[in-house]
Parts: sequence; C-alpha cells; structure tokens
Amino acid sequence: MMFLASDGVLAILVIPVVAAAILSLLPGYRISARLNVLASALTFAASLSLFFADHTEPGRYLFVDDLNIAFIVLNTFIGFTTSVFSASYIGHELKTGRLTPTYLRFYHAMYQAMMGGMNLALTANNIGLIWVGIELATLTTVLMVGIYRTHEALEAAWKYFILASVGIGLALFGTILVYMAALPVVGEGVNGMVWTVLLTQAAHFDPALINVAFIFLLLGYGTKVGLAPLHAWLPDAHAEGPTPISAVLSGLLLNVALYAVLRFKILLAANPSAVASGPLLMLLGLVSLVFAAFMLYRRRDIKRLFAYSSIEHMGIIAFAFGMGGPVANFAGLLHMAMHSLTKSGIFFAVGHVTQVKGTQKVADIRGLTETHPWLGWSLVIGVVAIAGLPPFGVFMSEFLVISSAFAREPWLALLVVLGILLALGALFYHLNGIAFGEPTGSTSPSDASYVPMIVHFGLVLTAGIFLPPMLVAWFRHVADILG
Amino acid sequence: MGHGLTFDVAHLLAGGLVLVSFLMLTQHRLYALLNAFALQAVLLSLSVTWQANVQNAPHLYVTALIALVFKAIIIPVGLHRIIQRLGIHREIETVIGSGTTMLAGMGLVALSMTVMLKVTPTADPLAREDLAFALSVVLLGLLMMVTRRNAVSQVVGFMSLENGLVLAGTGARGMPLVVEISVAFSILIAFFVIGVFLFRIRERFDTVDLQALDRFRGERR
Repeated sequence: MMFLASDGVLAILVIPVVAAAILSLLPGYRISARLNVLASALTFAASLSLFFADHTEPGRYLFVDDLNIAFIVLNTFIGFTTSVFSASYIGHELKTGRLTPTYLRFYHAMYQAMMGGMNLALTANNIGLIWVGIELATLTTVLMVGIYRTHEALEAAWKYFILASVGIGLALFGTILVYMAALPVVGEGVNGMVWTVLLTQAAHFDPALINVAFIFLLLGYGTKVGLAPLHAWLPDAHAEGPTPISAVLSGLLLNVALYAVLRFKILLAANPSAVASGPLLMLLGLVSLVFAAFMLYRRRDIKRLFAYSSIEHMGIIAFAFGMGGPVANFAGLLHMAMHSLTKSGIFFAVGHVTQVKGTQKVADIRGLTETHPWLGWSLVIGVVAIAGLPPFGVFMSEFLVISSAFAREPWLALLVVLGILLALGALFYHLNGIAFGEPTGSTSPSDASYVPMIVHFGLVLTAGIFLPPMLVAWFRHVADILG
Repeated sequence: MGHGLTFDVAHLLAGGLVLVSFLMLTQHRLYALLNAFALQAVLLSLSVTWQANVQNAPHLYVTALIALVFKAIIIPVGLHRIIQRLGIHREIETVIGSGTTMLAGMGLVALSMTVMLKVTPTADPLAREDLAFALSVVLLGLLMMVTRRNAVSQVVGFMSLENGLVLAGTGARGMPLVVEISVAFSILIAFFVIGVFLFRIRERFDTVDLQALDRFRGERR
C-alpha cells in the first residue's frame, strides 16, 4: 500500500511529534527554547526537500502536490522564524514572572504539537485527516491562548474554544456529507475520503448533496479563517495569548483553514452541475474586508488592532480566490504569502514593544522611533508594508487583486478599494501616534532579537521589487490547479 | 434490505435523540440537564449498535461502547462532581425564554428535515433519514450553546452536538474508522480542555457563569 508519498512528508510530521514529546519532558527553558528552534529549523529543511521529491503517486492518507508544497514551505518557514522570536520573547516573560518554567515546558510542547497538526492538515490526502489536523492545531492554540490565566486570557480562550468547536463540528458534518455524496460513485471504505479519488469522480456526485456539504465546510472552516461574521474569537485570541502565538495564528493557522476551503472548492468546481462556490467566498471576503476596515479605527489595544487587520487581509485573499481564474488566484496566493510574512513580522515587533513598554494600550505607546529606534522603525516599515504601499510585496499583490477585479466585477472592485483605503487610513492614524508621538513610558533598551523581523520585512521588500521568475512560474502553475 | 423493522428501529432511535435534544433545551436545572444528556448518550449508543447490526460493521460496536461508557457514564458523573464542588446546582439562566427556544428548535428541525430530505433523494433511505435527524441534533446542540450562559451547560450543548455528528458518521455506510476514533478522541481532548478551564475558572473567580467573564472585555480596561 502506498502509505507515504515521500520521506520528506514523513519528516515534517514526525519531527514535530518527537520534538513535542521531548520538550514536554525537558526542564530548563534555555535548552527547550533552543530545541524548539532546532526542531522548527529541521522541519523547514525537510519541507524544502519536498521540492526535489517525486510526488507523482498520491498515497491514500498523505500526499504532496504543487498546491500544498507552497503552503507547507511558507508554514514551516514562519514556524521556524517565530520559534527564533519566541526564544527571546519567552525569556523576557520568564524574567517578569508572567510565565513559570512549568508553563513554559507546556508552551514549547504545544508549539510543536500545533506545527505537527498544521503539517498534517496540509499534507493530508484524506478529507477526514485534514479535519483531524486542523482540530489538533486548534485545540493546542486554545490552550496556549489561555496560558497567562488572567481574566481576559481565560475569556478569550473560552470564546475561541466554543466558536472553534462549533466551526469544527460543522466542518465534520460537511465532511460526512461529502463522503455520503461519494458513496454511490466511489463505494464504501477509505477511498470515499481520499481527495485525489474524489476529484476524479466528483463529476458524478449528486450536485445538491455536495452543495449542502460545501456550505457546511465553508461555514466550519470559515470560522477558522476568521471571515466575518464568524470572526468573533479572533481579536480576543490574538490579544490575550503570548505574542508568538498571535504571530502563528495570523501567519499560519488562518492559511491552513483557508487551504481546506480551497481543497473543497476545487472538488466542487469539478462537478459541472454544482453551484459555483466562488461568489460565496467573494461575499464573505468582501464583508470581512469592509467590516474589519471600519473596526480598525477605534481599537485601543495594539494586538487587537493588528488582529482586525488580519481579518481584513483574509477577506482580500478569500475575495481573490473566490473570483478565481489564473490572475486572481495568482494574486490570492501571492497576497497570502505576503500577508503571512508581513503580519508575523509585525507581531514580532509588537511583541518586543509591548514588553519594553509593559502595556498593550495604543494610547500608552508613543514616540517609539525616539525611544526605541530599531523597534519603532521596524514597526513603521511593517505597517507601511501591510497597508499596501509600494515598494513592498503587499502592494503588488493588492494591485493584482484590484486590477483583476476591475476587469471582471468593477462594482465589487470599488468596494475592495474602499476597504483597503479605509484600512490604510486607520493604520496610519494609529501609527502616527505610536511611532512619532510625544515619547512616553519606559526608554530602557530592549534585548530583542531583530533577525526574524528583518528577514521577514526583507523578503516582503524583495518580493515587491523583484519576484524571482521561478516563483512566478510556480505560483502560476498552482493558480491553474485552483481553477 | 427490507425496509420494515430495520427502518423502524433506526428511525425510532434517531428520532429519540432529537426528542431528548428538545428535553435538554427545556431543562433549567444542571443535574436534570446532565441526566438528559446521559439518556441521549444511551440512545446514541443503541442507535449505533443497531447500525452496526444492520450494516454488518463490527467496528461500529466500538463506537457504541465508547458512547455508552464515556458519554453516558464517565462524563455525566464527572460533571456532576464538578457541579457539586463548585456549588452551582441552582437554576440555569437562559438568555431567551424556553418558549422561544422551543419554537426556534422546532424551526431548526423543520429546516434540517427539508434540506436533508431534499438533497438526498438518491441516497440509501436509511442513511438519508438518519442524516436528517443527525443534523437536527447538531443544530439543537448549537442552539443550546447559544442560549445558555453557564459554562457547564455550554459544554453539554457541545457534547450533544457531537452526538449528532456521531449519528451522522455511523449512518454513512462504511465510513472509515478513522473518523469515529477521531470523534471520540476529540471529545476526550475536549473534556480535558474543558476540565482545565473549569478548574481554572473556579480557582480564579469562584464562578463558571460566563456572564461574569464577559465583564472583562478586552477593550475596556
């Protein structure tokens, strides 16, 4: 039986699991933080090896194709840089006594378990296994959001848990419906859940059943993507958990959930009489974009501010994929990569800023460029990039989304432009005070590690100026798969 | 595969699950709610056993056993203890009245019947009706989670939702074991998570009323 597509796949699943087991037993934080970095680096290296592995024959449980490689590499890369950031962030939390060594041990084990869950969801060729992976990643993040055990953290974790469970329940029901739709065509047993098998047979599925299934899957996984009006958990979870978790939530988990939606979208597109899934995704995307853009103005908590910005960008990405076609899909993929890199970079900066200032309140973080030039200017660069200004990569991807929207749906394109401009205004309004206001609070130097931040922003800048032809060709190819 | 008895028993048990869901919606006391949940778990276990018998799928007996031991005994007893320890066996506060909740529940059941029966005309009739009932249980569980403010009853609502999922999963002929195990596993983890939360919440605020938590909205500091 073809169980595994290649050794690389095995590695990106086994390394996090083994690391989680070891980390849950290791005492000292220095050693475990380093091991966390090492494990993440190894996983990233293993994911790169997937480029060279032959992936012609999909397994029944796991597989690698050109679509998920893009997601896996992005996922493991940000997992790695975040672990580097986490090592310096966590040391500070230990010093201030916000976390105890026991909780840290738990934190590192959970971090690797989460990475393993996400990698499982991304490499799964089985719609049941995708569900299991996302479930695992979600539960571990719930635990990490509540790790500070303050009132706010517990409320955030509880809200996240309840909403995420509802989402995951609906997604499972949708998965069962897909299996039911496949039953008369594919037959009983495992094959009825293998994505590649389903894809070849999807044209013969009962269209009504698969339509309903998609609605459940879209609502279920859409909750995880943070699409409005299912986003209620997202700002709380981002604001109250440790900042490395905010970075991986925004940069990774939202993408993984979106990946699941895309897999089912492809499945639906293979059935000519099923309803077109694009408009639904576009609608949810637009609502999220415009809603989040308005919500950005009155945020008083800096992490909450950027959490709403994540909802906005997931809206743009969902809109792009919903529109479909080679250009919009290309734009969606590029925007997803750019948003993940930029947003996690911003959270790295924000994490250090909140540590040196000892507060998350926007009103109390003033004049950063004077008190902490490195952090301040990094944050400025990050916000300029995420707001979609040139010369950064986000500008290019947003430009592509808007131009392809104007070519096909001019009225909707206007709404997208409106949302992006509103968000830009809000971000700059807040940034002005944060970066250039009258300096307040602590001026003590930060012991931050700037490397992950600089690498992320550097990549986004490079992508904005020059996109390697190899990457363009790859994304084009993936955009074609997405249809 | 005659329709006669096979069909009637499956129908009876699945319909029973929906009825118990309604029963749970109207329970205002936590102990009564837990008893109703245990009853639902027993019915689920019977229903899965029947499916295992009809489909000739022995692995479903495992699912039935898990439902019986874990959901009908261990969880209700555990939650009973927690409630006792926290001293919250008072009334449940509902956000909207039970009349409205019942009406909403009836609407949801009507919705799921219409939707599921309409979209599955080609499917095996046994699975088809099962699926319609399962969706009703899922939606009623959701309704319960939305209308209750108390953490324990939200948890019970969530587990009742999972009962609906198990009903749907076992109704689908030959669905791989992977899914059943994962469902059971997720409940286990869910319980663990919830246990941790309840413990912490009790430790910190001496209450499991979510309204008490709502006061600490992140924006208002």
